[in-house]
Amino acid sequence: MHDGLLAAMRRSILDGDPDRSAALAREAIERGLPPLDAVRHGFVPGLDEVGEGFAKGDLFLPDLVMAGEAMKAATAVLEPELQKTGARREILGRIVLGTVRGDIHEIGKTLVSTMLAAAGFEVHDVGVDVPAETFADRAREVGADIVGLSALLTTTMTAQRDVVRALDRDGLRPRVKVIVGGAPVTRAWAEEIGADGYGEDAVAAVSLARSLVGR
Amino acid sequence: MTPVRPRLTLLEPALIERILEEALALLERPGVRVESAEARRLLQAAGASVDARGTRIPESLVRDALAQAPHEFFLHDRSGTARVRYGGDSVQFDPGSSCVHLLDDETGRHREAVSRDLVRLVRLCEALPQYDAQSTALVCADVPKEIGDVYRLLLVLRHSDKPVVTGAFTADAVPPMVALLEADAGGHIALRQRPRAVFDVCPSAPLHWTQFAADGLIRLARAGVPAEIVPVPLAGATAPPTLAGAVALHAAECLAGIAIAQLAAEGPAPVVWGGAPAIFDMRTGTAPMGAVETAMLDVACAEVGKHLGLPTHGYLGGSDAKVLDAQAGIESAQGLLLGALGGINMISGAGMLDFLACHSLEKLVVDAEAIASARRLLDGVSVRTDSLAVAMFEKTGPAGEFLKLPETRRLFRLEQHLPSNVIDRGSVRAWEDSGRRGVVARARARVAEILDGHPFPPPRPDDERERARMAVVGPLAARAGLDRLPAA
Repeated sequence: MHDGLLAAMRRSILDGDPDRSAALAREAIERGLPPLDAVRHGFVPGLDEVGEGFAKGDLFLPDLVMAGEAMKAATAVLEPELQKTGARREILGRIVLGTVRGDIHEIGKTLVSTMLAAAGFEVHDVGVDVPAETFADRAREVGADIVGLSALLTTTMTAQRDVVRALDRDGLRPRVKVIVGGAPVTRAWAEEIGADGYGEDAVAAVSLARSLVGR
Repeated sequence: MTPVRPRLTLLEPALIERILEEALALLERPGVRVESAEARRLLQAAGASVDARGTRIPESLVRDALAQAPHEFFLHDRSGTARVRYGGDSVQFDPGSSCVHLLDDETGRHREAVSRDLVRLVRLCEALPQYDAQSTALVCADVPKEIGDVYRLLLVLRHSDKPVVTGAFTADAVPPMVALLEADAGGHIALRQRPRAVFDVCPSAPLHWTQFAADGLIRLARAGVPAEIVPVPLAGATAPPTLAGAVALHAAECLAGIAIAQLAAEGPAPVVWGGAPAIFDMRTGTAPMGAVETAMLDVACAEVGKHLGLPTHGYLGGSDAKVLDAQAGIESAQGLLLGALGGINMISGAGMLDFLACHSLEKLVVDAEAIASARRLLDGVSVRTDSLAVAMFEKTGPAGEFLKLPETRRLFRLEQHLPSNVIDRGSVRAWEDSGRRGVVARARARVAEILDGHPFPPPRPDDERERARMAVVGPLAARAGLDRLPAA
């Protein structure tokens, strides 16, 4: 009975239209569509479709980012309702995400952050040029399931190892998983420093994070 | 604001005048060797003097012919829609013509081309939007030479809707080819009104219009079929060693052809100021089509044609390499780019290797990427927003996250050409995961993707158009001793 509304929600994500997705979220509340249904059956299918389109090469980074923005706008409207009804949207997991010490590049990190948040993770973005200890402290503070480390340069990539060590030292591992990414990062590097995985791009980062939390 | 159109100019106006002056002088002294009696008769009746040493064509005759030659004409697709504009600064591309060899991707060898290869090449070209026209690209070794020209055209007409750049190796092949085009177009009036093909006609450097070339040109002009005059001066061998000197000789040969065509037509005959000039390599005695000087000759020759207001053509995008390697990439992209910057109306040669002897399907898809880049360059730098940067910064704030701007999503597609997966822009990890594929493997995959996705059965014999085509080709094939044509 809400089929038209759900289809419009999906469309608003595909169009990357935050104004529209927020308006549709409000409409859902007015019409008594359970907020969780709006997320699961309205907005998320749109996000999945964008992710698939991107992986196939039919869609591009701006599509991905705008879809993420539209998703955020919709969940911002629905979140208070979810809390009211007590049916909190089930988060997939908590992630602390940042660019490592000495590296101020944030495009890749922010993309991953947007996509993870849109997919249903609780993302704590700690920014750029972040010391290893900060990652560890924040992970403990929020009860993180995953710490995500970005680095664009071969010279700063080594700081990813420092974070792994800091987490080890604080006894947070293996409960807290570490995922790494960035231009110079390879699977071999991830293995070498004892990380739990790497993703080729923002879409791969989401599937990697999902698999690490068993979703 | 219209973007600046990037342009390559090699000749000063004063130099163009000198080139034309000398070209006209060459037509009078030493004059042109015209082997066709009919062409000589036409020229003589219009004021040329003919003797055993040659045909001397006076300037006034050439000027009259130039005044009569159309400055623009169009080639049409199967539906009769104008698709290729010969004239102005239009830039269009077609695969090179009449290769005898194909680089066989399975064996890595150059081998004789056969019907099946031509059909595959035509289908590939049909699917690649970078190619504005088809060409009769391969000489098929599995049919007798006598019907080779008309047969190549038959295969192209069967498997393509695009306009066609074609040509004949004998003057006698021209009438049946014109008849075939008429059959395909639905009659000679339809063909005259909406020509689909242009014919390359090649004088022989220096200053020699063979009987086959001149008679072919006359037949085309009389049938109202556009002719592309393609002189092949080799700077240092059959033409002066300087680029400027070779351009002057090229102009003389073109002018003589234009005179013959206009006299034959009794009215404006559509002709193209074409060419396949090259330098002559002094170490190997070859005519390198990928040399930068060859590209310079093409651009300079076209500049002279443009000065006269004529449609232009050149031969670029081919390479002298024998395989699809870095040399092939350098030479082809360089030629295509320079030709585009020169504003040449039809640039023939993509797909070719080994001077102009060998075609490669894989190269055709790689060259398509170079063509796309050249086109993007011609589009120049556009102003697409009222404020260039200031207004967008106001929206994003100082952090400048432009990926999040709706404008980015809308505008990047207009600004960026998106290459096919023949071009690798992925990460080194993606390359590792692909099995470390290089450009040849990626091109091979693209060829397979296009051809496997589009099966091409031979046309049904009861198809009306096919019946009309076979009414022309069938009797010729039978006369050549071929009861059945290869299934293609």
